[in-house]
Amino acid sequence: MSLHTKRSLLQWAGLTAIAATVALVGCGKKEEPKPAAQAKPEPLKAAWIYVGPVGDAGWSFAHDQGRKAAEAKFGDGLKTTIVEKVPEGADAERVIRDLAQQGNKIIFATSFGYMDAMLKVAGEFPDVKFEHATGYKTAPNMRIYDASFYHDTYMAGVVAGKMSKTNTLGFVGSFPIPEVLRNINAFTLGAQSVNPKIKTKVVWVSTWFDPPKESEAAQSLINQGADVLLQNTDSTAVLQTAEKNGKYAFGWDSDMSTFGPKAHLASAIANWGPYYIKAIEELKAGTWKTERTVWGVKEGLNDLIKIADVVPEETKKKVETIKAGIKDGSFEVFTGPIMDNTGKERLAKDQKADQAWKDKIDFYVKGVEGKVPSGK
Amino acid sequence: MNEVALLLAATIASGTPVALAGLGLLLNEKAGVLNLGAEGMMLIAAVTGFAVALGTGSDLLAFGAGALAGAVAAALFGGLVIWLNTNQYATGLALSLFGAGFSAFVGVGYVGKKLEDRVLYEVPGLSDLPFVGPVLFKQHPMAYVAMALIGLSIVFLYRTRAGLVLRAVGESPESAHALGYPVRRIRLAAVIVGGALCGVAGAFLSVVYAPMWVEGLVSGRGWIALALTTFATWRPARVLLGAYLFGGVTMLQFHLQGQGVEVASQLLAMLPYLATIVVLVLISRNAGWVRANMPASLGRPFFPGS
Repeated sequence: MSLHTKRSLLQWAGLTAIAATVALVGCGKKEEPKPAAQAKPEPLKAAWIYVGPVGDAGWSFAHDQGRKAAEAKFGDGLKTTIVEKVPEGADAERVIRDLAQQGNKIIFATSFGYMDAMLKVAGEFPDVKFEHATGYKTAPNMRIYDASFYHDTYMAGVVAGKMSKTNTLGFVGSFPIPEVLRNINAFTLGAQSVNPKIKTKVVWVSTWFDPPKESEAAQSLINQGADVLLQNTDSTAVLQTAEKNGKYAFGWDSDMSTFGPKAHLASAIANWGPYYIKAIEELKAGTWKTERTVWGVKEGLNDLIKIADVVPEETKKKVETIKAGIKDGSFEVFTGPIMDNTGKERLAKDQKADQAWKDKIDFYVKGVEGKVPSGK
Repeated sequence: MNEVALLLAATIASGTPVALAGLGLLLNEKAGVLNLGAEGMMLIAAVTGFAVALGTGSDLLAFGAGALAGAVAAALFGGLVIWLNTNQYATGLALSLFGAGFSAFVGVGYVGKKLEDRVLYEVPGLSDLPFVGPVLFKQHPMAYVAMALIGLSIVFLYRTRAGLVLRAVGESPESAHALGYPVRRIRLAAVIVGGALCGVAGAFLSVVYAPMWVEGLVSGRGWIALALTTFATWRPARVLLGAYLFGGVTMLQFHLQGQGVEVASQLLAMLPYLATIVVLVLISRNAGWVRANMPASLGRPFFPGS
C-alpha cells in the first residue's frame, strides 16, 4: 500500500519535473543586457517576438539581423529584448502582454499568426506602439509592415529561366495564401520573360518549416523533371536536396550559399534593419502614426544577392536592369496582359497592378501547372 | 516509366527510418513492453547523431552514437517500467515529451549547421538495370540494412530458441518466470534493442534524410512507427510493407501535386495518417488475427513472486 503510494508519487514528481523542463525550454527567453547608462537618459526599450529559433538561417534569423542593425544604430539609446519560438495563438498574447508590462515602448511581432493576439494587447496598452509584420489589422497604436518578396522571385525567375534545361521549374509552397501565390506567379513570369517555354510545377507542404517534408517535396519535383527549384518555406532543405541531385535552387530569407555551393543560384533575402530603424526613429521623434508600410527592392528591404558564377553575364545584367527599374519605378513585376492558367485575362494590356490587386491574388498565371488548392 | 521508378525509389527512402523504428518497437512489444517514447528517443538520437556527424565527419559513427543514445534513453525507460513498475503508458509519454524538450535544448547550437556534402550511393553494375536499378540499387546503404534486419528478425523470432523465449516472455511472463527465465532482464534487453533501432532511425533522419538538425525534426515518425506495429499485427515483414506504404502515400501526394492533380493539399497531407487509421480499423475487425499475434501481456507490468 505505502509502496504503491510512493510509486505514484514518484511518477507524478517525475512527470511534473519533465513538464516543467519542457515548458522552460519551450519559452526560453533571452535578454541581451546592455551596459547600464547611469546619468544618461533611460534607453528606449524595444522587443521582438519570433516564430522560429533565431538560428534557423531563415525568416526569424532575418528579422533578428534587422534588430541587430537597429541596436548598432542606436547604441546605448536602445535596449532590446527578444523572445523566440513563440507559437502563434494564445501563447503569443501572453508573451506580448508580458513584454508590454516590462516597459517596452515598441513591440515587433514578426509572424502573420500574431495578428489577433497583438490587436487584443494593443487595446490594453495605449502608450505602447505595436508593429505587426505581414498582417492586415491595425489600431491607433498598432500598424503593419510588409516586404515584397515577389520582387526577389521575379528576378530569381529570370535566372531560373535561363538556367533550366528541362524548361520545368519546381516550387515548394507553404500555404496557398496571396503572398505565396504572388511569389509563384512572379517566379514564373520572370522565367518566361527570358524563356517562353517555361512551366512551373508546384507542391504544397502545408508548413513553413519541416525540413524532411520540404526535402521530400523537392525530391518529388526533381523526379518529375524540374531542374531549378525555389521554395517559400524557411529551411535550407530544398537547396540541399537540389545539391544532392545535381540540380539548381535558391536561398530564401538569408544568404544560404554555403548550404549548396554548386546548386545555389542566388539568395532571395529580406533586410529588415532599415524599417526597424525608421520605426524607432519615428517613435523617438513623436511622428509615429498608424499606417501600412510595404517595402521592397526600392527601399533596400528585398534583394537578390550572391548570384552564382555559373549564371551568364547577360542574365546578371538583366537582373540589375530589373532591379534598377523597380527602384526608379519604371518597372512593375505585374504588368498586363496577365492571363491565368485557365486562359482568363486577369490584368489588361499595359496596365500596372495596384496594391489591392496584389493583395488579392488567388490564381496561377499561365505556365503554372495545376489549380490553386481551395482547401475545400 | 522513369518517373514511376523514381517515385518507388523515393518511397523506399522515405519508408526506411520508419521501418527501422517500427522493427525496434515490435521487438520490445514482443517481450510485452509498450514504449510510447519512440518519438522522444528518435529525437534524442537525431541530435546526438547530427552532433557526432558534424564533429567527426563519419556517418557510421553518427549511426552508432544515435543507436547508443536511443539505447540509453530506452534503458532509462526500461528501468522505470520493469523494475519500478511505473505505468508504461505514462512513462512512455513522459519520455516522448522529455525527448522533445531535451533534444531542443541541447540542439540549439546545431540549428543551421551544415554537414559535409552528402554522397549518392549506387550498387555498381546493378544500378544500371532498367527500372529495377533506379528503384532498388540507388538507395542509401541503410535501406538495405533495414531490409536485412527485418529478414534477420523473422529468423530470430520464429526460428531460434532465443526468439521463442522472447515471445514467451511477452505472452506469459509468469510461465517464463516459472521455467526459470529472467523475465525482467529479457524485457530490458528487448527494450534496449528497440531503443537502439529507434536511435539509428533518428540518426538516419538527421544525418542522411534531412540532413540537418532542427527542433522536432522527427515530426511524428515515431508515432507512425508505433502505429505500424499494430498495423502489422506484430509481424516484421508487414512492418516493412507498412513503412513503405506510409512512405509511398507521402511521396505519392507530392507527386500528384506536381502532376497538377486537383486535390486539396491539406487532404493529401493527411493521407498517410488516414491510411494508417483505415488499416487499423480493418485489421481490428478480425479479432482472431489480432489475438493470434498480439503479445498477451503487452503493456502489463510483471511482478515476480506475486
